[in-house]
Amino acid sequence: MTTASAPVLEIRDLSVSFPTETGTVSAVDGVSLDLAAGEIVGMVGESGCGKSVTAMSLAGLLPSSARVTGSVRLDGTQLVGARESALRRVRGREIAYIFQEPMTSLNPVLTVGRQIGEVLQVHERMSRRAARARAVELLTLVGIPSAAQRVDNYPHQLSGGMRQRVMIAMAVACGPKVLVADEPTTALDVTVQAGILQVLRDLRDRLGTSVLIITHDLGVIADIADRVVVMYAGRVVERAPVDDLFAHPRHRYTAGLLSASPQPGRHAGTDRLTEIPGLVPVLASQPDACTFADRCPAADEQCRAAAPPLEDVGGTDHVAACWHPCITAPTAAQEANR
Amino acid sequence: MTPHPNALEIADLVMHFGPVRAVDGVSLTIPRGRVTALVGESGSGKSTVGRCVVRLVEPTAGTVRIAGTDVTHLSRRRLRPHRGAVSIVFQDPAASLDPRMLVGEIVAEPLRLAGKRISRRDRDARVAPQLERVGLRAEVARRYPHELSGGQRQRVSIARALISEPMLLIADEPTSALDVSVQASVLNLLADLQRDIGFACLFITHDLSAVEYLADDIAVMYLGQLVETGSRERIFARPAHPYTQALLSAAPVADPVRQRHRQPVLLGDDLPSALDPPSGCRFRTRCPLAFDRCATEVPAQTAIGDGMAACHLVRPDGTGPDVRTADPSEVLS
Repeated sequence: MTTASAPVLEIRDLSVSFPTETGTVSAVDGVSLDLAAGEIVGMVGESGCGKSVTAMSLAGLLPSSARVTGSVRLDGTQLVGARESALRRVRGREIAYIFQEPMTSLNPVLTVGRQIGEVLQVHERMSRRAARARAVELLTLVGIPSAAQRVDNYPHQLSGGMRQRVMIAMAVACGPKVLVADEPTTALDVTVQAGILQVLRDLRDRLGTSVLIITHDLGVIADIADRVVVMYAGRVVERAPVDDLFAHPRHRYTAGLLSASPQPGRHAGTDRLTEIPGLVPVLASQPDACTFADRCPAADEQCRAAAPPLEDVGGTDHVAACWHPCITAPTAAQEANR
Repeated sequence: MTPHPNALEIADLVMHFGPVRAVDGVSLTIPRGRVTALVGESGSGKSTVGRCVVRLVEPTAGTVRIAGTDVTHLSRRRLRPHRGAVSIVFQDPAASLDPRMLVGEIVAEPLRLAGKRISRRDRDARVAPQLERVGLRAEVARRYPHELSGGQRQRVSIARALISEPMLLIADEPTSALDVSVQASVLNLLADLQRDIGFACLFITHDLSAVEYLADDIAVMYLGQLVETGSRERIFARPAHPYTQALLSAAPVADPVRQRHRQPVLLGDDLPSALDPPSGCRFRTRCPLAFDRCATEVPAQTAIGDGMAACHLVRPDGTGPDVRTADPSEVLS
């Protein structure tokens, strides 16, 4: 999806490393990504690929030991290296977060109305009464029935799905331009997940919020994302519009992930799931080589000698970092479309 | 004497934890060598059923028969000869493997518990082929669990579960804690082992895509009761119960083009409390098709092929209502 207007969020060459007792761990290496207004971008990858660290680094939420380099511009304002006081003004107002487990993000001894209201009192300097009234509106916006009563509930009185809706209400209270949702439905059941994804889509449609959704679930990506970024071992390995990515994955890791997921219509008696041998590496430093080479069926000398750049691989806005991109990768999704 | 045809027979199983009615009248039969998936959301009681079968908890009422033997209330000592017949693999291998034991000791533990006194050399000889069978090198026996990856640890759990050559394996969300690519290898492994060894399996999961891959039969559980059972083909092609239909429609498929044309059935968020389940049909508070009778009358089980569906709207010929025709706005109001 190409938009004429400047991106709301512009990430350039973002790298994050952590010093540890046993040496440096490189978590994110040279990630670049644009988020247009009203766009939903899905970031997908397995545990340890750096997707959450990338998300946290955007608003300076990482511990102070993290070394962050590169550039993150939110509506033109540089966030990497910004002063804490400047970041405090941005957080919640311009960029907001929701996380996987709503119960650990909510204060158990305050009503949800007070918690949503607090955001408005701090950022918008609203009175307590006005903040409460606005909290009821926000709860309605995220699809909580009888919001006027629910506003006085404590978190433990709500179901998991309701709590996540409260988190979303809190996150969008000040009308942020960017909402970062880090595994927002992973802790929820599928019937509840469908409702939460619907709320995120509604917010984008009604308020024009840009959403960066981070998940390991390809079904969630297929359901909600406009564009997809695939991460592996700290690097972006492929980026494409959602249809193109699922129909024509070019990086071998993306293709592997797609055919490793059980698909409707497949049974163990007739089909085998594709396995990706080996493990995600933990890297002390980012080598000048393809980090997927050790697990890749197509790897050769070139892959171990030089890191492949993110290059155009055909299609619109489709890039992959692979020396030997798949020409035809028959995934289950593709076969089903035939 | 011919062996009993059914690996597992559960009849009217009830498990109450104080006032919490976790399982409230579940009946389920698994023939030898078949894989039955028990599907449900968190709080449906599906794991409690598994724990009753391996007698980690003693059921409040009902019976559990393993190959025809009633084990529901056997004492620990009387139960011991039957322990080897049923094994369990848990969700989180990090929590279910003792961190202070070597992998070899962990895998051999069921033999020791069965009262077999075996020498260290015999033990190693028994453990090595088990590890190889689950795709691990024999040297892994001398490692500790923390030295292994999540997928390798789950393989150790499977090796431990299978060393006693069980007739029935309970797999309680065995892949939920694993990454997609690792999940695929564990699912493949379970499918291969099941086909080669031929044990029966109760596969407990919330993940419908894994179920379709592995199961012969499916049982859908909601708030302590089964709402629908049937063959995998029938459940996926013609789900009769509104809850089964909602579950199937809510799980997104990893294909954006198809996903765009699907309409998920949005259920209200609130799963009712198992402390005070709704009267009549337990699903009625979230069911888009609920009507007066659902509140007053517990739906009978209508037979569909080898299975059943418990809904007033399922007709005697086994055809069910279509939950997608209901107006979703009514559900959320």
